[in-house]
Amino acid sequence: MKTEIKSDVVILFAGDSGDGIQLTGSQFTTTAALFGNDISTFPNFPAEIRAPQGTIAGVSGFQLHFGSVEIFTAGDAYDVLVVMNAAALKANIKQLKPGGIIVANSDGFDPKNLKLAKYPDGVNPLKDGSLEKFKVYEIDVTKITRIALADSGLGTKEMDRSKNMFVLGYIYWMYNRSLDNSIEFLKEQFKKRPELIDANVKVLKAGFNYGDTVEAPMHRFEVKPAPVAKGTYRSIMGNQAAALGLVAAAQKSGLTLFYGTYPITPASDILHELSKHKNFGVKTFQAEDEIAAITSSIGASFGGALGVTASSGPGIALKGEAIGLAFMLEIPLVIVNVQRGGPSTGLPTKTEQADLLQALYGRNGEAPVPVVASYTPSDCFYGAFEACRLALEFMTPVFFLSDGYIANGSEPWKFPAAADLPELKVSFAKNELKEGEAFLPYKRNEKLARPWAIPGTKGLEHRVGGIEKENETGNISYDPDNHELMVKLRQEKVDRIADYIPLQTLDNGNEKGKLLILGWGSTYGSIKTAVRDAIAEGLDVSHAQVKYLNPFPKNLGDMLKNFDKVLIPEINNGQLIKVIRDKYFIDAKGLNKIKGMPFSSDEIKEKIKEMLK
Amino acid sequence: MTTAEIKLTAKDFVTDQEVRWCPGCGDYSILKQVQTVMPELGIPREQIVFVSGIGCSSRFPYYMETYGMHSIHGRATAVASGLKAARPDLSVWIVTGDGDALSIGGNHLMHLLRRNFDVNVLMFNNEIYGLTKGQYSPASPFGKVTKSTPMGSIDHPFNPLALCLGADSTFIARSMDRDPIHLREVLKRANAHKGTSMVEIYQNCNVFNDGAFEVFTEKATKKLNTLMVEQAKPLVFGANSDKGIKLDGFKPVVVDLADVSVNELWIHDEKDQVKASILVRLFDAPSDENTLPRPFGVFYTEDRFCYETEMNAQIAHAIETKGAGDLDDLIRGKNTWTI
Repeated sequence: MKTEIKSDVVILFAGDSGDGIQLTGSQFTTTAALFGNDISTFPNFPAEIRAPQGTIAGVSGFQLHFGSVEIFTAGDAYDVLVVMNAAALKANIKQLKPGGIIVANSDGFDPKNLKLAKYPDGVNPLKDGSLEKFKVYEIDVTKITRIALADSGLGTKEMDRSKNMFVLGYIYWMYNRSLDNSIEFLKEQFKKRPELIDANVKVLKAGFNYGDTVEAPMHRFEVKPAPVAKGTYRSIMGNQAAALGLVAAAQKSGLTLFYGTYPITPASDILHELSKHKNFGVKTFQAEDEIAAITSSIGASFGGALGVTASSGPGIALKGEAIGLAFMLEIPLVIVNVQRGGPSTGLPTKTEQADLLQALYGRNGEAPVPVVASYTPSDCFYGAFEACRLALEFMTPVFFLSDGYIANGSEPWKFPAAADLPELKVSFAKNELKEGEAFLPYKRNEKLARPWAIPGTKGLEHRVGGIEKENETGNISYDPDNHELMVKLRQEKVDRIADYIPLQTLDNGNEKGKLLILGWGSTYGSIKTAVRDAIAEGLDVSHAQVKYLNPFPKNLGDMLKNFDKVLIPEINNGQLIKVIRDKYFIDAKGLNKIKGMPFSSDEIKEKIKEMLK
Repeated sequence: MTTAEIKLTAKDFVTDQEVRWCPGCGDYSILKQVQTVMPELGIPREQIVFVSGIGCSSRFPYYMETYGMHSIHGRATAVASGLKAARPDLSVWIVTGDGDALSIGGNHLMHLLRRNFDVNVLMFNNEIYGLTKGQYSPASPFGKVTKSTPMGSIDHPFNPLALCLGADSTFIARSMDRDPIHLREVLKRANAHKGTSMVEIYQNCNVFNDGAFEVFTEKATKKLNTLMVEQAKPLVFGANSDKGIKLDGFKPVVVDLADVSVNELWIHDEKDQVKASILVRLFDAPSDENTLPRPFGVFYTEDRFCYETEMNAQIAHAIETKGAGDLDDLIRGKNTWTI
């Protein structure tokens, strides 16, 4: 047996959606993080809750990229493919690197499973030599698990549920990792059923020991800790980060967070997370539909709460009219869109960046809404927080965009101290009117924001609504000149936000040069990796990731003009590129992938090479 | 809620905005009654919010010198739910119409009622779409000829209060624009009820559906066709209060008080859901033969927990058991590692 040193490894755990794959993957992730590796993960689950067992449609995957170097994506191709059945192998083998390792549960390759995976009669990929260019380790996980638990008193069904722990233990052995973290986890998880703690720990250890004792020439690998910045870290998923960012904004502004929402993939986890934090005074409201979700949030904001609503594309479409109302009322509201594949129901569990134009333009009339887009799982914390800041400071609805990839992906996060987060100053309007003076609910401050006069404030009673209003008084007005003035004022208010957001910075590369890669959202990791590698190869390429999509940072246009060429990679059919071309009149090129999957860094690197030829 | 320091009058609830309903519209009377009742409730103006959707009735908030929101079509109920959840201290009034509440906003109405937020719903029912100039509504009777139904409506109409009772409304009442005293009493009852108070107000649209309720509102026919229910009183009606309603099993029958003693009549009990379910079904078209009269008054009241109370109780419980949230703890999470 030999131990090989690797700088980074991509593992895919794959099996039936009932096989406990997500748990196995997340356990390995925590353990690797605790060890000091840099990490990025991405779960990939079927749309059906319990898709037919053993079929390709039912394959659930958990992709994990960890290393002794900085990691920016969940990885392009796999070094290790752990498969619990034939379908899991068939669905994922294409992405296994040549020479890669397959750990296969041989019990999942019996005639029944082979048939379900639609292999021709009599064909077993583990036996027919088709996997020659890979290293295949066949283990009868089911059998060994049952033997290990023979004295446990558990039924066969319950025994089989521990199979994933065997695999986890084995992979821990392969990368020489401690079992402690997972044992602690199991103790907590099965607090109420001690017999299951014993069984799972036993099987976990059996998996580890199997690696140690078996005679086959199996490999072990060493992946040293990564040279990441010193500090204290935690693992964070994008949706979780967004939820924490919202709570933080509520705390920092001294407001009650009201979160009105309707369950939808992949945004629901924000609701699940927030509903756990009632001791922060968080009010979560699972409304009867998407429209009630946003309009209840508008009602809450009118009352002086920090109103937030969230959904994914189809739900955002339903909220359109109400976003227009919030825009006309000029009250704070954050609209979270965790984007997924569209149009219509589209690809609910897959990622896409196809709702940018919807966020920018998807309303009747002239209703510009500021848009902030996060680009990594941990950045969702800051993105959500920033969206709240803009909403409160400028009295406007604000879009916060995330997507399925970063929402469900996780990474280590060097989290901030609460004290280091900026205070979000909110001052409700007070009655400082002189005798006979009328309150002007639409009189604007230097940011063009109107006062937030909440019910309960004596003397400031006023009415707001969706009908066009007279400047300053807010009374209904159909006056043509007034309408034009109001449309322009509301536009200018949003445009002026550019004075209150950070300038665009380059993530990597020279300030002037041949090629700039301009990304937004979850493409960050792939672009970052590709540009880093391209620069290392001596190519003249730079990278900027835009977080503020409306308005753009003031210097963005100048930055773009410093490059001969601009490439805009997007997980859509070309949306940011339309806006950039329109606003800056530059001949930007697009790189578009519309497969419900993130870019691989190679795809971007190839395009860089092609453009610099 | 604190009592207003200075005694307010109806005038204090009038805004400087010109009221723009058609001359003769029933909305004027309803506005007047609401403005008259408000000072009697003892709630400071700044604690009161009127929320409306879209439609003629939904202009209402502009005319009330309180806080107000003229929201979007059908959504006043949902806006008010969020407002009440965020601010249980406020007195929240929803003004809506039969189109706004039953058609485009039907979904939100049902859910507001089952959640039982402590708010008041004033549904102006004129059985027509007024603001869009005369199409039939979900409350218009079958066969109704309107701009959009020149050959008559082929929609079976809603029975609005039966619908509300079906959604487990905890307060159900009906009144009319032409009976100010009755309307004011019902409004006061609605305000006093803890939970969602559903008040249907028959309102005449003299432009697009004139006289839809005239048999109930005009002196000549009112007594024959209406049944004014009062708690613990027998159901009596008729030109000379000479008729009554008796329950034959679950079947209401009209009896002549010359033949039947008052003691045998149905005694109104607004706590009785079974009786309420019969009462809301007294919905005969007045033009039919041998019809039962249309009831008005408070049909049903029930004490049930309010959403916002439970929401706050959960928050209080979470703070009590977990301690007030610490932002650093939250951000840190359970598992950290230091490099």
